[in-house]
Amino acid sequence: MRRAPTEPLAVRAALLAVAVGFLAVFLVLPLVAVFAQALEKGFAAYVTALREPDAGAAIRLTLLTAAIAVPLNLVFGLAASWAIAKFDFPGKGTLLTFIDLPFAVSPVISGMIFVLLFGRQGLLGPFLGAHDVKVIFAVPGIVLATVFVTFPFVARELIPVMQALGNEEEEAARVLGAGGWQIFFRITLPNVKWGVLYGVILCNARAMGEFGAVSVVSGHIRGLTNTIPLHVEILYNEYNFQAAFAVASLLACLALVTLLAKSVVEWRSQQASRREEPAREAA
Amino acid sequence: MSIEVRNVTKKFGSFTAVDDVSVTVPAGELVALLGPSGSGKTSLLRIIAGLEAPDAGAVFFEGEDQARRDVRVRRVGFVFQHYALFRHMTVFENVAFGLRVRPRGARPSVADIRAKVMDLLKLVQLDWLADRRPSELSGGQRQRVALARALAVEPKVLLLDEPFGSLDARIRQELRRWLRRLHDDIRLTSVFVTHDQEEALDVADRVVVMNRGRIEQMGTPQEVFEHPATPFVMTFIGQSAVFAGTVQGGKAFLGPLAVDYPAHLHEESRPAAGYARPHELDITRIENGGGGLWATLRHASPAGAVVKLELSDAEGRSLQAEVTREQNEALQARVGERLYVKPRKLRIFVEG
Repeated sequence: MRRAPTEPLAVRAALLAVAVGFLAVFLVLPLVAVFAQALEKGFAAYVTALREPDAGAAIRLTLLTAAIAVPLNLVFGLAASWAIAKFDFPGKGTLLTFIDLPFAVSPVISGMIFVLLFGRQGLLGPFLGAHDVKVIFAVPGIVLATVFVTFPFVARELIPVMQALGNEEEEAARVLGAGGWQIFFRITLPNVKWGVLYGVILCNARAMGEFGAVSVVSGHIRGLTNTIPLHVEILYNEYNFQAAFAVASLLACLALVTLLAKSVVEWRSQQASRREEPAREAA
Repeated sequence: MSIEVRNVTKKFGSFTAVDDVSVTVPAGELVALLGPSGSGKTSLLRIIAGLEAPDAGAVFFEGEDQARRDVRVRRVGFVFQHYALFRHMTVFENVAFGLRVRPRGARPSVADIRAKVMDLLKLVQLDWLADRRPSELSGGQRQRVALARALAVEPKVLLLDEPFGSLDARIRQELRRWLRRLHDDIRLTSVFVTHDQEEALDVADRVVVMNRGRIEQMGTPQEVFEHPATPFVMTFIGQSAVFAGTVQGGKAFLGPLAVDYPAHLHEESRPAAGYARPHELDITRIENGGGGLWATLRHASPAGAVVKLELSDAEGRSLQAEVTREQNEALQARVGERLYVKPRKLRIFVEG
């Protein structure tokens, strides 16, 4: 097969070199550096840093936060995208704008908002104080801040998918006698499952990696209110580079797993849509 | 089961899609809702199904008001224009869906569902494709799956939205013959929407012609074709030659034509137009007893059972005529020749 004429070889090589060079300097090199630093004092020291009690507490808190934030935002995202894509109602534009709010606001500001709301001098401070509920500098604050920062992911992913699917299959199901939940679980959800998974993966990655908002509300109490990113910062500030990078390598691994999962999901959903395309042309 | 639509109106914003429409579909008949796009035919079909609620008026099945009955319980079979098959399910699961979602008490057993679905797939001649996905089927096959799916819930009426709209011409013809035979077998009260007059006249027992949300005419295919009630029906169904003019004192003066018109004996002149079908125009070389006009032959297309002639009159207006092959051979007309055109039959509509 003859190649179509393209740019001269030199130009192509130069462009490729620029792209690869950029990737190497800004992405691969830091990633390698993280693992190199983490393993600097050998594998035993690496494991010790991860098994240290404070590190364990940070890992558990991060997992707990994600375990609450991701399902909550999954439910919210499904409800919001369903409502926005399938129905017309007053205030739809406003709702769409509000979903984007966490993307628009700096995470630090998001954290501050929660301090202003729930802090001791905050709006709800006296009420919470009287009932002995601690939100700021405690686990509930961290969860709240994370939920806030991550809530656009699932909804943003699903709205275009649902809009592209249209309403016809749901209508067909309704005529055939299916109820609301039956339509949702048997028709809508299977049609958007790859979009849901994609949104959940992104949402989870952000929930575990969030630093700014959580940093403001956490109070940095070792073993109690430190998530993985905060724990890394503390270790780093104590010049304990090896331990800092060891814990950071967990987040780097999470990033790699996320990227892998993301490309698998993208590949699968492309396969799914490709199966539909040829026949659509024949129709 | 008969369907009665009584004084139904439906507005979308300021646009009136259906304007005070009343139609009756007798039990067991196959009725076509025919009209151009935007004429309200699909809206009317969706109102009958219960997918839209009318702003005024009511829908009755067998005399029973359906206003409070949700689409889920109306027991209608609905075939969507683009089929709306469930893309993630096999053909079998698509057809089984209506039975599987029934409440536990009313749901047939797994074996009964299987038998019923396979019977329906045999009926639409697709039992050999039961395990395929909709994406693996051709347009015509998808259409039949959609029909089997609609029939699975044993509907009391069958509603089809542009059932052949997205198919190519040959499959379209085949499928509409097939649908007609199927209807003759199962005798289910059916309504289908189409913008194709040929399709409506070919398949339906009765045709309802719609325009701008209103009904122009209802009748058998022969009635609407032979005796159109309005100029719209005349021009929408089949081609026609138009002669514009006036009526006055029992006569119609339509351009070059002057004919008796006893229906308007007033001395007051009113604008009117006369319509003739292409095959109702006699074409001769000599002035054939008067009552016609001279026109120049612009083009003759001898392909097919009839020969289509395109003529233009003295003012340059185009006229379409059709003659048989035999007549054409006798006529021996050449392009550019002047011929005498005389309508054998003229339908005159007075404006206002």
